[in-house]
Amino acid sequence: MSTSLLAVELAYWSETTLRVIGGLVAILLPAGGLVYVYLFKMMSFMQSRLGPMEAGPYGSMQLLAEVGKWLQKEDIVPAKADRQVFMLAPFVVLISTFLLILVLPFGPDAWFVDLDTGIYFAMAVSSVSVIGILMAGWGSSSKYSLLGGIRAAGQLIAYELPMVLAVLGVVIQAGTLNMNEIVFAQANGEIFGIDLIGNPYILTQFVGFALFMVAIQAELTQPPFDMPVAESELVAGYLTEYSGLRFLLFFIGEFATAGVFSGIAAVLFLGGWYVPGLAPEHDLYNVLGPLVLMGKIFLISGLIFWFRFTYPRFREDQLQRLAWKYLIPIALLNIVATGVLKVVF
Amino acid sequence: MSLTSNTGEREQLAYIAAKAADSRVNVEIETEGMTLNIGPQHPATHGTLRIIAKLDGEQVISADPVMGYMHRGYEKLTEVRTYPQVTTLVNRIDWLGSFANEVPFILAAEKLMEVEAPPRAKWIRTILFEMSRISNNLLGLGDMAAQLGAVTPVFYAFRDREYVLNQVEAVTGGRFHPNFDRIGGLKDDLPAGWIESSKDAMVKMAAACDELETLVMGNEIFMARTRGIGIIPAEVGLEYGLSGANIRASGVDWDLRRDAPDGMAYDEVDWKVWTHPDGDSFARFWVRLQEMREGVKIVNQLLDSIPSGPVMAKVPRIIKVPEGEAYVETENPLGVMGYYVVSQGDLVPFRVKIRSASFNNVAVVPWVLKGVYVPDIISILASLYFILGDIDR
Repeated sequence: MSTSLLAVELAYWSETTLRVIGGLVAILLPAGGLVYVYLFKMMSFMQSRLGPMEAGPYGSMQLLAEVGKWLQKEDIVPAKADRQVFMLAPFVVLISTFLLILVLPFGPDAWFVDLDTGIYFAMAVSSVSVIGILMAGWGSSSKYSLLGGIRAAGQLIAYELPMVLAVLGVVIQAGTLNMNEIVFAQANGEIFGIDLIGNPYILTQFVGFALFMVAIQAELTQPPFDMPVAESELVAGYLTEYSGLRFLLFFIGEFATAGVFSGIAAVLFLGGWYVPGLAPEHDLYNVLGPLVLMGKIFLISGLIFWFRFTYPRFREDQLQRLAWKYLIPIALLNIVATGVLKVVF
Repeated sequence: MSLTSNTGEREQLAYIAAKAADSRVNVEIETEGMTLNIGPQHPATHGTLRIIAKLDGEQVISADPVMGYMHRGYEKLTEVRTYPQVTTLVNRIDWLGSFANEVPFILAAEKLMEVEAPPRAKWIRTILFEMSRISNNLLGLGDMAAQLGAVTPVFYAFRDREYVLNQVEAVTGGRFHPNFDRIGGLKDDLPAGWIESSKDAMVKMAAACDELETLVMGNEIFMARTRGIGIIPAEVGLEYGLSGANIRASGVDWDLRRDAPDGMAYDEVDWKVWTHPDGDSFARFWVRLQEMREGVKIVNQLLDSIPSGPVMAKVPRIIKVPEGEAYVETENPLGVMGYYVVSQGDLVPFRVKIRSASFNNVAVVPWVLKGVYVPDIISILASLYFILGDIDR
């Protein structure tokens, strides 16, 4: 397995530069696409309105206008805020997103770091954002921010567990933690002897998929799990005191993380960059793969945002009850069932 | 005022729950509480209500509403307005059901002047009154969903409300502030074709009710967030002077439209007063939804049976109300609204006291918010459904 971006030998500095550019593209492109397609357009259509229509054809340049607006705004730090913590927090949240994209495979060779413990690494670094959110909540020296930050911490810790346990089913079935190996396992797999479409694990791990979707919905603090930023109670939770560039960073973080988590879900359950009919070893995948994965990311994000625009939010205690009393036992049963079936078949 | 059956047990449960919350709050180790200042600028209070909530963690120890940030002094202002001018002013009290604000004042003035509006005026008055109830309740229902975090239903509510507001505008010329009711009748007759278009609008309203019922009320999360939350037992509600859908949701069968229909056409149509035994947030939502349905029924029947004739009784051109006092209250969208008008035989009222529903409805907030969690503050406030203008006047 090559460690370079596209199996091309490059000098260290050019390879690093390429990786940084690739990382930015891989983060910002899905994030911008999700904001436009889902937040601006799908949400508007669901709510019987048109959404942005003026900036660019069909409002497609609206995001640039918004970014420009945020960049121009004053970056206000509250007088009583813990200055360094307050200013650092959005970067910590964004770092977690950038670390997550490292292990996401876009093609047989098109990925940033080839880690044998890829999914394990992803689960671990996804928790880094909690620290950033706690920093934002504490550093703002606002009661709404503090409540939001504490809620976010409790929520993210509670939902890490079902997420990891949901992933375990896939790991057991694929027999590897490496994310690209998981894609290969799905591409080369078969279900009940039929290998037309490989074995995307959504077919066998549908319980795990449902659990994973619920868990990332909570992990991304999207409704119905958006208590940390509940706008009707906490104004904007830990985001209350942020403005300008730092708010923009949080905003990018939210949608970029949605994109990356959808990518992980696509890799784990929908076969990642693989499309049925083209052998997974084919070189074309290094070009085609990112597009296929992008399509799957949009498919899964569509689910996430569909729920976001439809459901009312839980209360904090109901959310914890859901995680500890329902999701985790179901996830454990799923692991047991997967293990037994793996041995039987 | 009679209580429906099996409320006793529920009330007891509510009392026990409140007591348990009390002891939970008090028994735990002394920690430094936090005072959270919700408002006056806060997205959930849609106006300038301020609630000082003392919290222990996320649990509310005490909550005090602070009113008066939007006080506009309408009671005093009426003293320098002639009687016909007052309707312009009182429109702005409950700005979502503004026609309904005019009616009790006009009825009080009519009572003092001993004139009665002709039947056609009564009919149209009742239709517009119910239309303002429909539009008001619709927004209240959508808003409650929005406060619970569902962003979409409130847009549907705003969209469907337009159909009613268009009808109101077609008659009165004003969407929000009709200023249409006159002492002795109405300013104008209905425009041509209005009855048919209103019926179309009512079909859309019935559909909106069904949509809200399936989209919001049937949602499991909505039920989990509202059932058993913010229970107001009947006698507590009556002690605090709750009225309207809020008290009917506690099982009190009290509706002035049925109990005191003077000057309106409610006893001419077939409709029902809905009550709910639970008294929780869900019950208040449910009663509002049913009242909207009843409103559609009432409007449809009135449109069918509207009598012909003049819309204005014989009143002098310059209105001088004879000396005396009158108190008239009606069942407005938010609850009982009453005007106590004291006249000294002048062009202007000597004194007007306005009893608005939201003021009393919000008074129960300290009682009902004790021991709940922060998210429930918002859902309970949304279910009590107040308009800030109606609190502060």
